[in-house]
Amino acid sequence: MEEALLSVKNLCVEYKAERGNVQAVTDVSFDIHPGEFFGLAGESGCGKSTTAFAIMRLLKGSASIRSGEILFRGKNILQFGAEELRLFRWDKASMVLQSAMNNLNPVVNIGSQLADAILAHQAVTKRQALERAKELLGLVNISENRMKSFPHELSGGMRQRVVIAMALALKPDLIIFDEPTTALDVVVQYNIIRKITLLKRQMGFSILFITHDLPLMLEMCDRIGIMYAGRLMEVAPVEQLKRGGAHPYSEGLLHAFPSLLGPKVRLKGIPGSVPDLITPPPGCLFYDRCARRGDRCRQALPPLERLGERHFCACFNARREEEGSACPR
Amino acid sequence: MSEMKVQFTGVKKLFPHGGILHKRYLRAVNGVSFGIREGEILAVVGESGCGKTTLARMLMKLHPITEGSIRVDGQELSEIREKRAIREFHSKIQMIFQDPFASLNPAHEVGDIVARAVTLHNPSLSGERLRARVRELMVLVGLTPPEDFMSKHPSQLSGGQRQRIVIARALAVEPEIIVADEPTSMLDVSIGIDIMNLLLDLRERKKLTMMYITHNLAGARYVADDIVIMYAGNAVEYGDIDEIVSRPYHPYTVLLLSSTPEPFRERKLDIHAREDLPDLLGEQRGCLFCDRCPARMPRCSQEIPGDYRVDGRMVKCFLYEGMDHAAEPKVTADAYADEEDFA
Repeated sequence: MEEALLSVKNLCVEYKAERGNVQAVTDVSFDIHPGEFFGLAGESGCGKSTTAFAIMRLLKGSASIRSGEILFRGKNILQFGAEELRLFRWDKASMVLQSAMNNLNPVVNIGSQLADAILAHQAVTKRQALERAKELLGLVNISENRMKSFPHELSGGMRQRVVIAMALALKPDLIIFDEPTTALDVVVQYNIIRKITLLKRQMGFSILFITHDLPLMLEMCDRIGIMYAGRLMEVAPVEQLKRGGAHPYSEGLLHAFPSLLGPKVRLKGIPGSVPDLITPPPGCLFYDRCARRGDRCRQALPPLERLGERHFCACFNARREEEGSACPR
Repeated sequence: MSEMKVQFTGVKKLFPHGGILHKRYLRAVNGVSFGIREGEILAVVGESGCGKTTLARMLMKLHPITEGSIRVDGQELSEIREKRAIREFHSKIQMIFQDPFASLNPAHEVGDIVARAVTLHNPSLSGERLRARVRELMVLVGLTPPEDFMSKHPSQLSGGQRQRIVIARALAVEPEIIVADEPTSMLDVSIGIDIMNLLLDLRERKKLTMMYITHNLAGARYVADDIVIMYAGNAVEYGDIDEIVSRPYHPYTVLLLSSTPEPFRERKLDIHAREDLPDLLGEQRGCLFCDRCPARMPRCSQEIPGDYRVDGRMVKCFLYEGMDHAAEPKVTADAYADEEDFA
């Protein structure tokens, strides 16, 4: 197998809280390969955004990386000094946030904002940077006569595309999208996702895509990691998940989404709630809500084990392919 | 048409916009007609700003209607004016809001929140009988055993539990109609689906009629019997939800459906859709979707299409004018493949 572009190894992140430390991300390991479209899915508070922020070294305040490694082309990002980090961010990896479209500077036109980003990283003239800004806007289907437009003159979808153009500015190898379309209507979301997919095909970067919208993720990703309570429960190729996940939580999540075109069946949620992450219980964190739990699950923590080609699962009673899918579709 | 529990006829809502000298009106809802039969769930679906929440607020009498008529059990809403009549009306119809974090008073215990709603419409109830009624409501919405929840504050509950309290409060007055405005959009899916199931169960057990507002088509299909698709203040298609989702007629419905993620779609779609929204100020001229429509005709920008009845549904598009039976959709997702998408 080719070498991974990004390799997260046993990452642990904590947030300091009044009652103690919240184990927001615990022992998370996954690889993203060159050109791969990798998704991190899970419900609110599962640690997916914290993982992304850790990769960009953007965690601040009460958050700290307690242990683990994040290797980018074999080099540990967590040991980068200030200058190495500056070169890594934007040049090698960039990030598009959920509310990014509202983070554009309201008093600077979008052409200059794009050019500024380029000037900060590359030895080019202002004129060259502006030329490049025009090209970038073209890539995301915004005409060059919008260069002098201010953010408030653009629709939400257009602003989000400007932010994507910025992320592409230095041709990074990895782009992290953290809920890039959550605040947008579906038609606009479709256009943006389609654009991201086309650009990835043209430019060959890898994507780490984060969303709680599992149907969207199943439609676009190559492989998906499913997180729960700060831990990675399953990492599986999309085709595998469409046949029903191996982990009971993945299965539960797949069951909880109404289908637009499939047969109409009664779905059910996952009873119970996420355990307290300040004093996590022993054993598997999904134990209380799990339909397949056994005695062993209470005592020992199931490790993330390899089930097949690029397929990993952290469950003692993982569903085997022969059992058939319990997934309603 | 059989007798409708709720009937909207040519409903308009214009909001004043701009100054005194240049007074203009924003057409939030512009001439919308549809009905909800007793015991039925109608989904109102559309993107942000399409007027779906305005429809709900008018039905709740939170906004006066500019033009047209809304009738509940045959009674015209604008004729309900007296304080007592309004209170009586609100014991027939109740609303569930989107944000379960904002719609509960954080300083009150949830038992009191529900009890207050009970006594507002039934002041004679007190003491043990009141407590029994509150417990009954909590059990009804799945908060069992109720004793575990009664003396908690909203901040001690999860989002799903809070939304159940909001529903219990709405049911306290034994309403016949529930208006639910995006009741699951702030919840995680594994929780949201149980709220949808709860609403479905309540419809069965209490014979409730519901207006279910959402931007999520798949969720709408799961919950509702009928659907109204809203676009820029117009109802563009209205009818049986399964028929419309499986065979959309209006070009906008086609676009909305094709843009919705569905990993189990047999064929990947490739569409180019323009994103520009029409101007909602002043008079409406022509079909509001015509700038984005792959099947636009010259007359579409000049005349406003009527509400045409085709195959038992309503479609607001000239393509379906004067036919009872369309046989097949006049526009499919493929029509969007050749559109330009430069903004």
